[in-house]
Amino acid sequence: MTAFEPWSEERTSSIVAAHTHLEGPLMPILHAIQEAFGFVPEAAIPVIARDLNLSRAEVHGVVTFYHDFRREPAGRKIIKVCRAEACQSMGCESLVKHAEDRLGIECGGTTADGRVTFETIYCLGLCATAPSAMVDGKIIGRLDTAKLDKILSETGA
Amino acid sequence: MTIRIFIPRDAAAVACGADDIARAIAAAAKKAKLKADIVRNGSRGMLWLEPLMEVEDNGVRYAFGPMTEADASKIVASLAKTPASKIKHALALGPTEQIPFFKKQTRLTFARCGITDPVSLADYKAHGGYKGLERALAIKPIEIVEEVTKSGLRGRGGAGFPTGIKWKTVHDTPMGQQKYIVCNADEGDSGTFADRMIMEGDPYVLVEGMTIAGIAVGATKGYIYLRSEYPHAEIALNEAIRNARAAGLLGPKVAGSAHAFDLEVRMGAGAYVCGEETSLLESLEGKRGLVRAKPPLPAHKGLFGQPTVINNVLSLAAVPYILSEGAKAYYDYGMGRSRGTMPIQLAGNIKHGGLFETAFGISLGELVDDIGGGTHSGRPVKAVQVGGPLGAYFPRSHFDTPFDYEAFAARDGLIGHAGVVVFDDTANMAKQARFAFHFCAAESCGKCTPCRIGAVRGRETMDKIIAGQNTEANLAVVEDLCNTMKFGSLCALGGFTPYPVSSALNHFPEDFGRPAQKLPAAAE
Repeated sequence: MTAFEPWSEERTSSIVAAHTHLEGPLMPILHAIQEAFGFVPEAAIPVIARDLNLSRAEVHGVVTFYHDFRREPAGRKIIKVCRAEACQSMGCESLVKHAEDRLGIECGGTTADGRVTFETIYCLGLCATAPSAMVDGKIIGRLDTAKLDKILSETGA
Repeated sequence: MTIRIFIPRDAAAVACGADDIARAIAAAAKKAKLKADIVRNGSRGMLWLEPLMEVEDNGVRYAFGPMTEADASKIVASLAKTPASKIKHALALGPTEQIPFFKKQTRLTFARCGITDPVSLADYKAHGGYKGLERALAIKPIEIVEEVTKSGLRGRGGAGFPTGIKWKTVHDTPMGQQKYIVCNADEGDSGTFADRMIMEGDPYVLVEGMTIAGIAVGATKGYIYLRSEYPHAEIALNEAIRNARAAGLLGPKVAGSAHAFDLEVRMGAGAYVCGEETSLLESLEGKRGLVRAKPPLPAHKGLFGQPTVINNVLSLAAVPYILSEGAKAYYDYGMGRSRGTMPIQLAGNIKHGGLFETAFGISLGELVDDIGGGTHSGRPVKAVQVGGPLGAYFPRSHFDTPFDYEAFAARDGLIGHAGVVVFDDTANMAKQARFAFHFCAAESCGKCTPCRIGAVRGRETMDKIIAGQNTEANLAVVEDLCNTMKFGSLCALGGFTPYPVSSALNHFPEDFGRPAQKLPAAAE
């Protein structure tokens, strides 16, 4: 997995400055901030707002609208399982249950030791090779218990 | 002699191990001292066969799949002595284009997908690419718009609005102001992957289609709003855009003409509602993806308040063919008011899942039973959801419905983006109805009350029905909520959530604790 930088105001400002030539730069900025720090820290919001001449409420509103933007650091491994209809038809729910049991958390949570974040994703567009998952950005098709167990074992769960 | 070996870079192939297989092919070729040119192509669309390896022999491509690293190594090693056409192997499938699933298709939009190296501009041009732009530059902008109108092309994103009319509206807005072309590549419907496949497998066709749109309406800037779940498409699109720019096909003088047009890919952030066009525009502007009330239409006041053409990937990708071959060539395919071809996606619990491009008019049963081969599990088909999470569930008794916008609407369904998700008889339709509400609740933008509150109330009520509490009284609540959402919501998310719910209830009442429907004998 990627090592993230510690948050700093200076670095946040430089990320913002690198995007101000774009029309409507806020979304690319938030993606870049999350890529750098692993999440969008609360402290980044007033900095972005100041540099873009927006209100803090506006920036906060955008950060909280989109599922992708994290407000807390994620676990060291991020496992996202698709739970949309095509994956449902191929039994994704029993895989979710299996992972929940092994990890001891509900889907949407992070293990107490910070090893794994386990989340729902709606549709990776791999609907003819379902069920599918994304593990640290890597996509996996035809997911079954054996493949899932291998992924979970790698996390130490 | 160099042998050309193809192994896709398409996400579905990669998700099933295509990258590892590409490495195994390279290693095996080196070991066998075989000169091999390994091409990372798009997918041929026969996704149950992925990863599908193809080997060229005398200009014919032979398919092998689904590949494992061991099988690929073995086949490549034997190529040193035996030509691909003569290789005997359990996974040898013969010439790719003779496989019935492929042979039965009419590929206009996907003509090149899987054949070329997706990011090679030379390959694209060698296979008829940029002929549409050439013709567009030779005629007047209004003639481009007329050509698209005459082709009968309708918005492939789901709504089916005539593309030419949208273009005409933007064309007719005063020149001299900034206009935009926006491509909706936020393909969030479960069971759909055609946009992803074309962006990964033939990105130039989208780049060319958007360039033509820009010239037609006088727009100089285009955005592709791509969902973040598609990282492979982002890579392919950006590579294609860079190459097109370097070749002067994007930039201040498109192909040496007086027209300027350039493109940028923007990533979404996991919000399904941003597939709704006005929500998408808000998101592109850097705001919460709240749906806008219409009017004003995006054609008049779209991105940053400027006149904007916003079209789905498949609509824009159909344009180069329409320009190069003429409107009539496209219009001659199809039925009724559904003209041309539709890239249909067969998904879910299906034996032969994949991308099947064909003229409108094919029946749902033919798609599921004949082309798709029935379920993957081998159990009977119970229901088919067409058109994504907002599409209706159809039972077998509706399998005679032809693939046509109006025919689906007449049966309280929709084509949407043409995803077909198959469920076997283990599916519980009350749970599917509950999921429809749950999904709407999770993805609602929150602007209008019927969607924001109705979805949550619907989910709660479905929980009670599933638990067997006051079934009839609670079903009356669900039916009432469906009515409110259908007629009171601002956009299709709240407005169409009743389709999967009502269809599940009407066709499969036994799953909701109501007596089963009496089916006509012929239907089962």
